[in-house]
Amino acid sequence: MHYLDNILFAILLLLGVGYFTLNCKKILRNIRLGKEVNRSDRKGDRWKNMAMIALGQSKMVKRPVAGILHIIVYVGFVVINIEVLEIIIDGLFGTHRVFSFLGPVYNVLIGSFEILAFLVLVAVIIFYIRRNIINLKRFVHSDLKGWPKSDGNIILYFEVVLMTLFLTMNAADFHLQNVSGGFMHFHTAGSFPISQYIAVLFEGVPNATVYVIERAAWWLHIAGILVFLNYLYFSKHLHILLAFPNTYFADLNPKGQFENLEAVTNEVKLMMDPNADPYAAAPADAVPTKFGASDVQDLNWVQLLNAYTCTECGRCTSACPANQTGKKLSPRKIMMDTRDRMEEVGKNIDANKGVFIPDNKTLLNDYITAEELWACTTCNACVEECPVNISPLSIIMEMRQYLVMEQSAAPMPLNAMMTNIENNGAPWQYSQQDRLNWKDEN
Amino acid sequence: MSENLVVPTMAEMLAQGKQPEVLFWVGCAGSFDDRAKKITKAFVKILNRANVSFAVLGAEESCTGDPAKRAGNEFLFQMQAMMNIEVLNAYEAKKIVTACPHCFNTLKNEYPELGGQYEVVHHTQFLKSLLDDDRLTIEGGQFKGKRITFHDPCYLGRANNIYEAPRDLIMKLDAELLEMKRSKANGLCCGAGGAQMFKDAEPGNKEINIERTEDALEVKPDIIAAGCPFCNTMMTDGVKNKEKESEVKVMDIAELIANAQDL
Repeated sequence: MHYLDNILFAILLLLGVGYFTLNCKKILRNIRLGKEVNRSDRKGDRWKNMAMIALGQSKMVKRPVAGILHIIVYVGFVVINIEVLEIIIDGLFGTHRVFSFLGPVYNVLIGSFEILAFLVLVAVIIFYIRRNIINLKRFVHSDLKGWPKSDGNIILYFEVVLMTLFLTMNAADFHLQNVSGGFMHFHTAGSFPISQYIAVLFEGVPNATVYVIERAAWWLHIAGILVFLNYLYFSKHLHILLAFPNTYFADLNPKGQFENLEAVTNEVKLMMDPNADPYAAAPADAVPTKFGASDVQDLNWVQLLNAYTCTECGRCTSACPANQTGKKLSPRKIMMDTRDRMEEVGKNIDANKGVFIPDNKTLLNDYITAEELWACTTCNACVEECPVNISPLSIIMEMRQYLVMEQSAAPMPLNAMMTNIENNGAPWQYSQQDRLNWKDEN
Repeated sequence: MSENLVVPTMAEMLAQGKQPEVLFWVGCAGSFDDRAKKITKAFVKILNRANVSFAVLGAEESCTGDPAKRAGNEFLFQMQAMMNIEVLNAYEAKKIVTACPHCFNTLKNEYPELGGQYEVVHHTQFLKSLLDDDRLTIEGGQFKGKRITFHDPCYLGRANNIYEAPRDLIMKLDAELLEMKRSKANGLCCGAGGAQMFKDAEPGNKEINIERTEDALEVKPDIIAAGCPFCNTMMTDGVKNKEKESEVKVMDIAELIANAQDL
């Protein structure tokens, strides 16, 4: 019976990590629904981007208040997780504060965890106020109606509960360490700059009760972490992991450089080749090329990774000229819709033994309307703003390509513009022969 | 004044067995739009003054395909690109300068993969290099002490990270350079990009060019400087809408420099 705790802990850990791994596989499978795109070049630049933008948070501080608060929570999250390593070892082997042999180093570690935990609590409360009381425009936007708004708050509740449990656990431990004559295995270890003030509450409480509080906080804290880990899959909070690959695989070309469709290049070359046989039969196994994107399978895997990475902060939408002037387009919604549709397709595949059965729905029309797509000025403000280098613009462009090249569904004035380019080499109705007339005009 | 303009074509140059230092890509707006033609002429005047050997394609130039590509018509874009590349390569063009950031971006970033590899510069970069090489001198002239704000074109700024060349030129005019609340990488679009120039805006509660003009008017400028013919149109319309056209002028950087020199 002595090992019951450890076995229970091992089972909990296995379940937590196991279910998360299972869902990670689903994420990977869904991302692979996307088309191939080669992002294996310029590895040095890619690592640099990841180090600066994901690890170094360089784009977050463009908005200093949110940026600094986010860095506190981020550093807190990363550093306090060192403590989780100790908790796991203690849990599996029945030890107590196994790293305490580090002596003064341990004191510094625990001390800094505590200070960070406190700062995280403060930051998270300010985040909550920004979302729910000050009602910043990008957080009360229609994009976030319903689940996305709750999701944002649930994440903040999680953080508050986890940090409170962590500090309570330490406070109880600290109290028991200082019981005169000692109490069980609670030897002096660690420094407790924050929780010593919580420990005051335990004065006069029976040691056995404080012990129960310490154990309860310890178990709930680690269980909470495992639940939070598994919550990620259902939440916008996946960015804490995916920001890293996302910044690594992001487009490195100048933002103005839009991809040239290779399938089109081949056809145009054929059209311009005087030796090409226009009546030549296509190879029997040729799959007709679909130009542009009407659904998630037409996008590339980096765009789908973008969708899972998006944490719906809305900086893109708040910088979008179309959105600022009341148009329906919201770059954040483009990313949210892409993810929602991708998950719908994923569930369809799961339900149909690994095969996608058409459901008469597409990303275009059922999620994103043509009106949204045509409002974009391709100004790249959304791409510039994104703290993790997501490109809503690339998805907008590919869906426009589908509308124009597959459906001939461009707005009428654009059709006129394109006809002019085709006929006389300018978007307006002027003859190409007159291009130099300005020289002699007054 | 036009009789003073010397504008050789690439065909004429070739007939004389000459290769110009730079090919001036005029663009559709620069060729046909009444407002933009003034920018084209101002730029040519400066080129003439600095004795730059340049040539244009004239009737052999055609739309780069930028608006078609941003509208989603990749076929039309690549058709245009391939035809232009054939012409440019036939003349063995090495260096291209253009006063349109959309042409600039397309020629610089999207043509190389299709076989068109040139050194492409925006006219503000080219003018800056003329100054740096002492081929052109600028004195402030009529713009000395004037309040000038620069509106960053998306396809020059965010798209290609060029923020300093136009600002350096304004500083050379001894003018007071004012930054709008949103500038450089945070600059707000004028509303014309992505082929919006050629269609009506989607339903909303405001036009983008009005929003941007308000940014500009906030700094109380005498002049709103632009580096793009489309931005120029949008900002000019915005200023008219606000009934400020008698106090605030919208001018291209090339026009500022040409006027400062009384060209």
